Amino acid sequence: MEIPAVKIAVCVKRVPDMDVRFRIAADTLSLDEAGLKFDINDFDAWAVEAALQLREKNAGSEVTVISLGPDVVQETIRKALSMGADRGIQLKADKIPFDGLAIAKALAEELKGGSYDLIFFGKMSPDSSNGVVGPMTAEMLGLPCVTAISTLEIANGKGTAKRELEGAQEIVEFPLPAVLTVDEGLNTARYPSLKGIMAAKKKPLEVKAAQLPQPQVTVRKLELPPERKAGRIIGEGAAAVAELVTLLQTEAKVL
Amino acid sequence: MANIFAFAESRGTDVRKVGLEAVTAARMLADKSGGGEVHALLLGPPGISGKASQLAQHGADVVIVVEHDGLANYSPEVATATAAERIKSGGYRAAIFSTSAQGRDLAPRVAARLGVSVVTDVLSFEIEGDTVVVRHPMNIGKVIATLAISATPAVLAMRPNVISPAQNAKAGRVENAQPALDPATARVRVIETRKGSGGKLDLAEAPVVIAGGRGLKAAENFKLVEDLASAFGNAAVGATRAVTDDGWRPHSDQIGQTGRLVSPELYIAVGISGAVQHLAGMRTSKTIVAVNKDKDAPIFKVADYGIVGDVFEVIPALTEAVREAKKHH
Repeated sequence: MEIPAVKIAVCVKRVPDMDVRFRIAADTLSLDEAGLKFDINDFDAWAVEAALQLREKNAGSEVTVISLGPDVVQETIRKALSMGADRGIQLKADKIPFDGLAIAKALAEELKGGSYDLIFFGKMSPDSSNGVVGPMTAEMLGLPCVTAISTLEIANGKGTAKRELEGAQEIVEFPLPAVLTVDEGLNTARYPSLKGIMAAKKKPLEVKAAQLPQPQVTVRKLELPPERKAGRIIGEGAAAVAELVTLLQTEAKVL
Repeated sequence: MANIFAFAESRGTDVRKVGLEAVTAARMLADKSGGGEVHALLLGPPGISGKASQLAQHGADVVIVVEHDGLANYSPEVATATAAERIKSGGYRAAIFSTSAQGRDLAPRVAARLGVSVVTDVLSFEIEGDTVVVRHPMNIGKVIATLAISATPAVLAMRPNVISPAQNAKAGRVENAQPALDPATARVRVIETRKGSGGKLDLAEAPVVIAGGRGLKAAENFKLVEDLASAFGNAAVGATRAVTDDGWRPHSDQIGQTGRLVSPELYIAVGISGAVQHLAGMRTSKTIVAVNKDKDAPIFKVADYGIVGDVFEVIPALTEAVREAKKHH
């Protein structure tokens, strides 16, 4: 479907790979980052992909990737640039705060003058697991917003998206410009090609100071949850079913 | 002593269980503060006002009912404007929402409009003087954060299923109100709410969740899982990401890091190996049962009760045994 040239922003976050046993740093306020591998948040990669697919439908469009954080987030921005985004902006901060309001304010400050037609976010990030920055930013910008979309169509300055609810789906219509947050299922993110990786090195990446206000939410303590008691195998095959039912009735009391 | 606001989530003319949980949580918080009032906001189409008494039974002193023809579907902009206006004028210490699809959409919008922060997926809360202290899972539940919220009102979205709706009857004085924004003028419009496949219990709310993985070998074999769910009668069916990626089940059924988070009383993993991405969505379940033919599958490390065996043999036998057990109940 043909759409007129659009200016798109995608806000992305650098997050640790979750497939590890996390350790709490000595200050009990942060994670021990030694040995952690970082990459772009999956939901944000799908947001980048959505933006690139829209751009591909019209050659005049442009995709800007924005990430807040210390200089290491430039790697995350470069990843999005290597997927095909056109330019990057780092909103430089010593660290990424937990407080979604503070992050949203800093992003809104950058986005407000950008005349973007669409601003994409991932619906949440697995590290802070709060999922509020997209809709908060939209509210500050006064823009229509649809969260957690799993389908998207844009035509004639209007969009239609689907949201997954518990046991139901919503079909949502919205005008542009708008803020959208992306759920799983919208697309599959492309891998950067070697050509894309080479090209990304030459793409513009602007560094600005993040305008972060004082946070209203602060981390007081991080801890590891109590370990589940070790699993136990009660038997093999259908012969173990009777024992299982007894345990569910008498020990777990769930049947 | 502080008054607490609760958003009583509804769908159509029904209050959702998470809505009752929000009212219950608000009651707990009001009582912890020394006994303030709970004011619950209920938005919906004509007929919703009949549900105000349900909120009173769960501890609402005041129920603000906003009944409007234009609210047959969720309207994010109307809900945001109406909730934010009420919270602003009501001078509440805290505002409680749900970490549901709707609550995740609404709570941050309302908080931003009020100029305050928000914490979602809240496990527990305390009031400590000027601070509300909450526990919140991070890093897919592998880390628990204790967070201090200095803002007033403190805006919290509770994780579903951590607080059971509790009866605690209050007067529930009804105040009828108008939406703060005419639904006809909203920019974002939900034009349709499509029901999922027939009357199933929702994953987040079901006391029992039966989930299937690749071990089921084909989409049609999910019938085994569905039969077991129907034997329980109070069970919802979920799936792993591998299965939803293959299109055997819709994405909305996916339990895991990028999908649904569940913590039912009983979780039964059928032919699921237990990838980290899946464990992230179900590790807080109270009792976990796993059936898998590979005795080294990681799912057995978290399963309270594991059976090593062929799911095509074990699950029908379990279904039969559960049916029998339910009969004698």
